[in-house]
Amino acid sequence: MALSDRTLRVVVYEGPGAIPVDGAARYAAVSALLERGFGVTRAGSGRPVAPADASPVLVLGRWDGAVPEPTGDPADGIRTRWAALDPATAADEAERARAELGAPVPGAWKPWFPVIDYDRCTNCMQCLSFCLFGVYGVDSARRIQVQNNDQCKTQCPACSRVCPEAAIMFPKYKSGPINGDVVSDSDLGREKMKIDISALLGGDVYSMLRTRSERAQSRFSKERDSDKALAERQKCLTKLAALAGDIPAEVLMSLPSPEEISRKAAEAAARARAALAPETTAPGT
Amino acid sequence: MSPEGTTGGPAIVYCHCKYAQVLPAATKEAVLRRLCDAGLPFEAVPDLCEASARRDPALKRLASAGPIKIAACYPRAVKWLFAAADAPLDPATTEIVNLRVLGAEPAAATLLSTALEANLPAGKVTASDAPGAAAATNPAES
Repeated sequence: MALSDRTLRVVVYEGPGAIPVDGAARYAAVSALLERGFGVTRAGSGRPVAPADASPVLVLGRWDGAVPEPTGDPADGIRTRWAALDPATAADEAERARAELGAPVPGAWKPWFPVIDYDRCTNCMQCLSFCLFGVYGVDSARRIQVQNNDQCKTQCPACSRVCPEAAIMFPKYKSGPINGDVVSDSDLGREKMKIDISALLGGDVYSMLRTRSERAQSRFSKERDSDKALAERQKCLTKLAALAGDIPAEVLMSLPSPEEISRKAAEAAARARAALAPETTAPGT
Repeated sequence: MSPEGTTGGPAIVYCHCKYAQVLPAATKEAVLRRLCDAGLPFEAVPDLCEASARRDPALKRLASAGPIKIAACYPRAVKWLFAAADAPLDPATTEIVNLRVLGAEPAAATLLSTALEANLPAGKVTASDAPGAAAATNPAES
């Protein structure tokens, strides 16, 4: 399943042809659906809701008569199932409909990824240079953007630490300004101080890692015991994690091999340089 | 599911922030309960971050449907989550109800009120307003 696949949308319907439910039953149904990862539209009059689209839909209602038959032709992109609204079984009905309609499984991916605040971003490409996981890229106008958010490492806010403008948010982060809270002058000073610390380590945490790996490389190459090599790397990474702040050790452990890191860092730096290079005009134009 | 009854007040979007514990559970529960008791139409998303990452087309339709109130987290984060989904919010007609900082009662009252106090951070609306390469320095060369 791709991140772009359309998720199941559940509509709680209480209009003509259905018997309205009370607030408690509505809450029980909606809450159960949300807890299982299904989006819910409570349709009705008085406030607008998102219009129908090509997403697969399950309509739940306390129908006056028989439950309506499935509607829509998969060829036209509209796929709808209907079922009785029972708070106790609403989430199970949704799961059944999801499977029948081929919609993605909710929660298969934890949505942890950077969100760029373009009010603050100066397009300096520090984040692109820093990230080894290919999360960042540039658009056709060579503006930095998040291109592969599902490649981001859960709980790792490292790129926000290197942003000189505190322009990178992780909305699920515990504290501000990384969580999206207002950026104060003192926050900005603190962010800059962290960069200074990382500079002391050799430019950034990855250069530090590279330096360490170069020192250790000859030893690793002679070492046939892979467990010992792994333990040594883990020790280095754990120390690095402590120095870098709140980057989880398991994230650093999921980094590529030191040689791969070196290659990817060079690639990322080259992409950043290319994005920042002056526009060239083709000959004859 | 057509945009019906648009004269009754702004659209309501509720984020359950399912995949993290950053919104207080008691606040989420109380606000959702009040929302359900009110009998108003609303959109409830399990996780706004996930919807943004998926570029959920519902976000685009909601963002362009007129006045909107969004119960989620910090306005700065919500603004750019919508923008990242190609669904930029109109700063003049959007109010964010921050469940990370507001108590349940004021959050629910604000969300259900027909009055709207726009509170998106001022500044650029979409990424296309961001500075281009010419304005930046090259850290790789410094």
